[in-house]
Amino acid sequence: MEFYTISLLNGISYGMLLFMLSSGLTLIFSMMGVLNFAHASFYMLGAYFAYTVTSLLGFWAALLVAPVLVGLVGAGFEKYFLRRVHKFGHVPELLITFGLSYIILELVQLVWGRSSVDYRVPVALDGPLFTLFGTQFPIYRGFMMGVALLMLIAIWLLLTRTRIGLVIQAALTHPEMVEALGHNVPRVFMLVFGGGCALAGLAGVIGGNAYVTEPSMAFSVGGVIFVVAVVGGMGSLAGAFLASLLIGVLQTFAVAIDASLMSALQTVGVTLTPETFGYALWKLKLSQVAPILPYLFLVLILIFRPKGLLGTREG
Amino acid sequence: MTFALELKDLRKSFGKTAIIRGINLAVPQGERVGIIGPNGAGKSTLFNLISGRFEPTSGDVLLNGQRLNGKKPFEINRMGLSRSFQITNIFPKLSVFENLRCGVLWSLGYRYTFLKFLADLDDANERADELMKMVKLDKKRDVLAVNLTYAEQRALEIGITIAGGANVILLDEPTAGMSKSETSRFIKLIKEVTVGKTLLTVEHDMGVVFGLADKIAVVVYGELLAYDTPEAVRANALVQEAYLGSSVADLQAQGH
Amino acid sequence: MSSQVYQFKPFNVGRVVVWTLFALVLLTAPLLFTSSLSQTMLSQMGIAIIVCLSYNILLGQGGMLSFGHAVYSGMGSFLAIHTLNQVSGGWPLPVSLVPIAGGLASMAVAILLGWVTTKKAATPFAMITLGIGELVWAMSLMFPEFFGGEGGVSGNRVAGAKTFGITYGPQIELYYLIAVYTFVCTGLMFAFTRTPLGRMLNAVRDNPERVEFVGYDTQKVRYIAFIIAAFFSGISGGLAALNFEIVTSEVVSGYRSGAYLLFTFLGGATFFFGPILGGILMVLAFVLLSEFTKAWLLYLGLVFLFMVMYAPGGVASLLMMNLRVAKFGHLRKLWVSYLALGLTALVVLMGAAAMIEMLYHLQLNAALGPELSFLGATLNSKGLNSWFGSAFVMLTGLGLFEVCRRQFAREWGQIQESIEKEIKRMESL
Repeated sequence: MEFYTISLLNGISYGMLLFMLSSGLTLIFSMMGVLNFAHASFYMLGAYFAYTVTSLLGFWAALLVAPVLVGLVGAGFEKYFLRRVHKFGHVPELLITFGLSYIILELVQLVWGRSSVDYRVPVALDGPLFTLFGTQFPIYRGFMMGVALLMLIAIWLLLTRTRIGLVIQAALTHPEMVEALGHNVPRVFMLVFGGGCALAGLAGVIGGNAYVTEPSMAFSVGGVIFVVAVVGGMGSLAGAFLASLLIGVLQTFAVAIDASLMSALQTVGVTLTPETFGYALWKLKLSQVAPILPYLFLVLILIFRPKGLLGTREG
Repeated sequence: MTFALELKDLRKSFGKTAIIRGINLAVPQGERVGIIGPNGAGKSTLFNLISGRFEPTSGDVLLNGQRLNGKKPFEINRMGLSRSFQITNIFPKLSVFENLRCGVLWSLGYRYTFLKFLADLDDANERADELMKMVKLDKKRDVLAVNLTYAEQRALEIGITIAGGANVILLDEPTAGMSKSETSRFIKLIKEVTVGKTLLTVEHDMGVVFGLADKIAVVVYGELLAYDTPEAVRANALVQEAYLGSSVADLQAQGH
Repeated sequence: MSSQVYQFKPFNVGRVVVWTLFALVLLTAPLLFTSSLSQTMLSQMGIAIIVCLSYNILLGQGGMLSFGHAVYSGMGSFLAIHTLNQVSGGWPLPVSLVPIAGGLASMAVAILLGWVTTKKAATPFAMITLGIGELVWAMSLMFPEFFGGEGGVSGNRVAGAKTFGITYGPQIELYYLIAVYTFVCTGLMFAFTRTPLGRMLNAVRDNPERVEFVGYDTQKVRYIAFIIAAFFSGISGGLAALNFEIVTSEVVSGYRSGAYLLFTFLGGATFFFGPILGGILMVLAFVLLSEFTKAWLLYLGLVFLFMVMYAPGGVASLLMMNLRVAKFGHLRKLWVSYLALGLTALVVLMGAAAMIEMLYHLQLNAALGPELSFLGATLNSKGLNSWFGSAFVMLTGLGLFEVCRRQFAREWGQIQESIEKEIKRMESL
């Protein structure tokens, strides 16, 4: 019982982190049609910036400053680089963000080194939030979930209740019209891109100290958030939310389960030997398979529900 | 008698918004129909329903007696229906000749083969040459489609549309964006290349419609208000009230 | 209504010349570059050319951006090395045909995964290929029996029957095998562009909606093209297995897929020969550039970035643009501008590179002290002088470059205009 509850809570907090990341990606894609291949790199930047700012000004300052810095980098990139390839179409836009991911990776390694850095959870947030059936649930996880929830509400309010949100929504499908009405569409795009990157940066600030902060963190989480985006339905924020939680919970449970098909068969009295055909498959523990579960999920969704869970557009 | 195209109580709603509200239409073989109606009446949606881009919410679309509902666009095309688009839809990075050749390949039986060379497909090459002459683009054989003028691109699109030998042709605002002289030349071209075929054209230019069509279908707010000869439509009080209004007065003043 | 008249199809002299030259270059390259490093590099170039050309079937010809092409070349490698080991164990298959086994294996994987992959186009397609790439890579770590685990799978290409005494032991013998495959595969892939499927693939790239209305199922077109591209990439993988005699899970990594994308794009996706240049550049970068400087990935990323912005057609398009200018007789006018551009760009590069190298030195070689040698001069990565100096050089260079660029742009614009006028004039004749 405790296993399920704690794993569920852990899974949800991981899912919320995934959502923080994929929401920025979905927003940028929704609003600009650009798939930001470097999105996970901005996540990494957020973590590293937070590390440096924390060592200078403390964690709470970092929580504020680091996402802003990342957002500025994103906005700057949009203005001086991404904008120039807008006229070539969506593939070059994807390609330029692809190039950016390489550059950010190299620069991060250049400035902070190739091994992980010691970015830790602040003392105030360290420790158990509550103890459930003898297992502790860390404060920090609760903090992560809280921040993610706040962020989700803030975005939703921004998009549906404010004027700028409406302008953004309009600019997506009818940029010329919106421009003709006097809105500065390039500026809107810059804001959206910068905003999306800032979200990724915020996720980095929160996630970097809960998990490891190292150069390969972009690569390892990058794949998953794209899966989340496709599975949720490209361009659907609600879909990204659902998919993030699903995948987060799924993976957390899987990692903790050491059962394999072989052990399952053993409970009904069937024993397999190394000579059995497909032994390699039977003996795989679920915990070993955990890393590929998101991708299996992706393939299944593509076969049975290609639009994604809540997809509305073809992308 | 099997009609070339039949719409039976066709309805389409997007969410709660009903765009097409029960249209009944039966177009006999070889007839030229001009579809007119105010903006937002659902003419493009109608085309999209017939050509398979959208699925009807209810009702049937029949092509030569066969039900089209839910079929994919390429299946519908293979059954003998072809269309052009409001925004020019050609292959920009291919030459004029290649554009037309792509249009004939399937109808001549070449499927997904990669074991034959295009240069050896005599029938495809000849038919593409014929089409080029028909749409008067034979001087621009090797020009990339993206480098043609607007009117030339529209002509090319007509060429691709008729290339496969479809019997029912849908043209979505073929003369959109053309000057007066370009329009009259283009209408002449359309008449020449669609001899004997069933034609449905969405048009806003009244002069074009009245000159080209055998029958006119008036679509207003997703409903078919009238389907009759041009003279009868012009005289129809309902239509005049709902739509034609000043356009008719203009035409009468111009002596049509 | 077919023509009864005999059709004169003139022998395409230009094409014959080009292909003969290609064959000659392949044959004589190792005679010009005789060091063992050169021979290794030439072999790798042949392999890279095949895989980049296969990638371009998807990218340049089909408009399909794949982030997971290494899956297919990698699976080809793995199956080839296993086949090789079977040959060593007694299978009567000549080593020279092992790459074909690789090709068939990749084709099988593509048949399996391709339908799901090509269900969508453009951006979702890219994401799906990324996901499947990650899937296969993660799986490669889960099944050490097939994928060899950390150490990979090794083999020995000196195995099986020795026709005419060829054992493929010496690198030069393997090179000629690779050269034959390169020539044949390039020829086949070129022929593909001239078939109905090849042309319809272009049409799908240009306008998928229109394709449906000429009767073709766009997904089927993409699916078959996907399988063909996988086949050739599998052959490339098989040759790589023979070349290195070891295959590790790196060959299906996202890193490698990214390299294919980068260099095919760099070489030029809009021309058939672009990926050939891309493959050559790929080997040069991985083998030579990486030895030259530790910052090579950064340079690569920057070059790629600027290529996307200013020359999205790659090196091939730059070449062809200049060839067109030359054809109309205007190239002479530009050589001064080109020289000026080149020199100022070099100055900027030197300044920037000095700073980048100093940064890298600080980060990676700090233990060796703050001094490093850069193109013969000694720089002090902790010294203000070195930094000031390089920044000054770079900024001056940038200023001069901008001046030259404006002049060049003006001249180029004028030339393009006169070329356009010339073309219009010729058309109306």
